[in-house]
Amino acid sequence: MKVKTLVEELGMTLITGDGEKEITGIYACDLLSWVISHAKTGDLWVTVMNNVNIVAVASLAEVACIVLAEGVTVDEQVVNKASENGVTLLGSSMPTAEIIVKTSKLI
Amino acid sequence: MGLSGQKVTLRYTIAAEDFISAGEASSHVKKTLNKLGISHELVKRFTIAMYEAEINTVIHANGGEAYVEITPEKLMVRISDNGPGISDIEKAMMEGWSTAPEHISEMGFGAGMGLPNMKRYADELAVESEVGVGTVVTITVYLS
Ligand SMILES: Nc1ncnc2c1ncn2[C@@H]1O[C@H](COP(=O)(O)OP(=O)(O)OP(=O)(O)O)[C@@H](O)[C@H]1O
Ligand SMILES: [Mg+2]
Repeated sequence: MKVKTLVEELGMTLITGDGEKEITGIYACDLLSWVISHAKTGDLWVTVMNNVNIVAVASLAEVACIVLAEGVTVDEQVVNKASENGVTLLGSSMPTAEIIVKTSKLI
Repeated sequence: MGLSGQKVTLRYTIAAEDFISAGEASSHVKKTLNKLGISHELVKRFTIAMYEAEINTVIHANGGEAYVEITPEKLMVRISDNGPGISDIEKAMMEGWSTAPEHISEMGFGAGMGLPNMKRYADELAVESEVGVGTVVTITVYLS
């Protein structure tokens, strides 16, 4: 399903990106070396990590989007880097497990 | 653009503890390889392995340099630094072994998975290191 459809269905915030990317799976972890080697192309990646390094990891792992769970916010630097690199960032107030359960029913 | 028989080389400087530009060398290499029309799967493997080596020089070694060579046969990157070196390479290659300090683990690094990931994604991985001198990591992915 498209990122923008998920954003609407689950009341998430689209921080960067046009929402057109296709979500084909789900991955959750906050340790970046796990993410980069285990997340698959097209995965929705749920994390509470909000430092700038998540952008490079998302880009190289080719995830469809990053979802910042639990209402975690990012600063302007992260937003700018994500935009420059074509990385889609979403925000949600839901905890990680809830995001995964709800997303898995939709994709 | 194609790789019609010639060699493409790229060089990058990697800054120490600069997390805003960390990963830019790997990202640039990825863009270049995609433009050259190299298989997506190989590009992904190569640039993930390169990113792990790049970020290691940022975190553990006061920055360094990357030299990339692209030929019709293979993708090769050599990442070198003049950092503290690795005293026990065998240990460093083990999953979960890390000396990352607290402020680095708080950013999500320090799982001790970087070198194992390089081994997993590269066709060939060479780690040469001398304590007090530096470290050279060479990653090769074959294009066939
Ligand atoms: N270029 C380097 N210079 C000095 N020490 C290094 C270098 N690269 C790796 N090391 C040492 O090897 C250890 C293991 O590296 P590895 O990349 O596998 O894990 P990490 O960087 O600690 O954590 P992760 O990669 O999961 O974020 C490091 O903690 C560090 O002690
Ligand atoms: Mg590492």
